[in-house]
Amino acid sequence: MYVLEIWQEAFPVLLVGLRLTIELTILAVLFGCVIGLIVALGKMSRMPLIKIPSVIYVEFFRGSPLLVQIFLVYFGLPKLVGHPMDQFWTSVAVLSLNSGAYCAEIFRAGIQSIERGQMEAARSLGMNHIQAMRYVILPQAFKRVIPPLGNEFIAMMKDTSLVSVIGLIELTRSGQLIISTTYTAIEIWFLVAIFYIIMTVLISEFFVNRMERRLQAGDRS
Amino acid sequence: MIVANNVHKAFGQLQVLQGIDLQVREQEVVVIIGPSGSGKSTFLRCLNLLEEPTSGVITIDGMCVTDKTSDINRIRQNVGMVFQRFNLFPHKTALENITLSPLKVKGISLQEANAIAKDLLAKVGLSDKETSYPDQLSGGQQQRVAIARALAMKPKVMLFDEPTSALDPEMVGEVLTVMKDLAREGMTMVVVTHEMGFAREVGDRVLFIDEGRVVEEGTPEQIFGNPKNERTRAFLNKIL
Ligand SMILES: Nc1ncnc2c1ncn2[C@@H]1O[C@H](COP(=O)(O)OP(=O)(O)OP(=O)(O)O)[C@@H](O)[C@H]1O
Ligand SMILES: [Mg+2]
Repeated sequence: MYVLEIWQEAFPVLLVGLRLTIELTILAVLFGCVIGLIVALGKMSRMPLIKIPSVIYVEFFRGSPLLVQIFLVYFGLPKLVGHPMDQFWTSVAVLSLNSGAYCAEIFRAGIQSIERGQMEAARSLGMNHIQAMRYVILPQAFKRVIPPLGNEFIAMMKDTSLVSVIGLIELTRSGQLIISTTYTAIEIWFLVAIFYIIMTVLISEFFVNRMERRLQAGDRS
Repeated sequence: MIVANNVHKAFGQLQVLQGIDLQVREQEVVVIIGPSGSGKSTFLRCLNLLEEPTSGVITIDGMCVTDKTSDINRIRQNVGMVFQRFNLFPHKTALENITLSPLKVKGISLQEANAIAKDLLAKVGLSDKETSYPDQLSGGQQQRVAIARALAMKPKVMLFDEPTSALDPEMVGEVLTVMKDLAREGMTMVVVTHEMGFAREVGDRVLFIDEGRVVEEGTPEQIFGNPKNERTRAFLNKIL
């Protein structure tokens, strides 16, 4: 059949793009989680010098379009450092910073959902604030943030398509390139969509559900 | 052991504590009673600085709690606290709940911490619950673990904030038994409770607090048997 032939030819090319999409997603969410945790703690700090920059950071990256952020960093960063930057790592940087803002809000909500009595009990036992966070609050919060983090993972996976504007040939861009020579837009876009959907399902199935189950095995709070 | 002088606490405009004095000798058991909202919890929480008093001076075992320069984490190791809602750590087993702070704060070995925890679980009658998580325990059992957890830091003073009022009636006894044992062993205790039986049996003194002030103070016999103050009488009539 005609469609199957198009797909068969496009498939290996799209796989190469998919690989890049996966790499970008994993790196962005990984760094995003690290940034997010730090910024979440920063936002809850009582020290203005820590709190205010954290708030501004989150508002900036949640309040402006990712596309604008990509352009800003893509054109701004080379000026700042004085030499051209690698497209891949530029993309990872922007996506991580963007994901970090969302992760920060997820972590903050998770930490604040732990009832106050937990912190008080920990402190009354002589733990300092950091110990109480580390041994009592965060382990409980981590469990609660897994579902929203899974959603963030999925959202980020789809958002990576935006870095195609600075020339990275990830999944969406590979589709575009195929179409520019074959003129089979509907067939290719459909296949690209299927690729994304499969990724989404895989993330929510294997990542979210599994992690949730594994972490809940230890206790049932 | 505890000296509190003229303790005031305000939440914004709301004056909750309006000058409370309390002195607790070593091995003494002081029971605090009073209507809801009178400031009992707030006062207890001021003693280990879970709330910071607006003014006043509190000293525990010679260390000044209200002095900004004193190491509050040090002081809190000497002051165990038991909460109305237990506040056990849900992600830790009963044993781990007890060992966590000795391990991380005091830095003792796991072996030693486990030994202490097992002794304490035996003491509160829960040796068979070592590996249970809090949500696998009844309220009474959870509160007994919480008492053991506080004792694991070898405190010199124990504060109890209505430790039995979140419990089903049939579980109140088991917790009070543990507390009575503790009192008989000579633990210095400040207990907010309306359990008259407990107060009479092991209480050395009863404080009646209303509207942030100590209205009346005396032995359990005096306060329950022959209250002098109008408000004390009215309150006791309501709860007895
Ligand atoms: N963190 C807080 N912020 C504002 N108001 C508070 C806070 N904690 C307590 N209060 C208020 O202080 C007053 C005294 O509260 P507290 O909990 O000390 O009373 P209590 O005597 O323990 O009452 P109960 O028997 O109901 O436990 C109440 O009016 C309460 O609403
Ligand atoms: Mg109270």
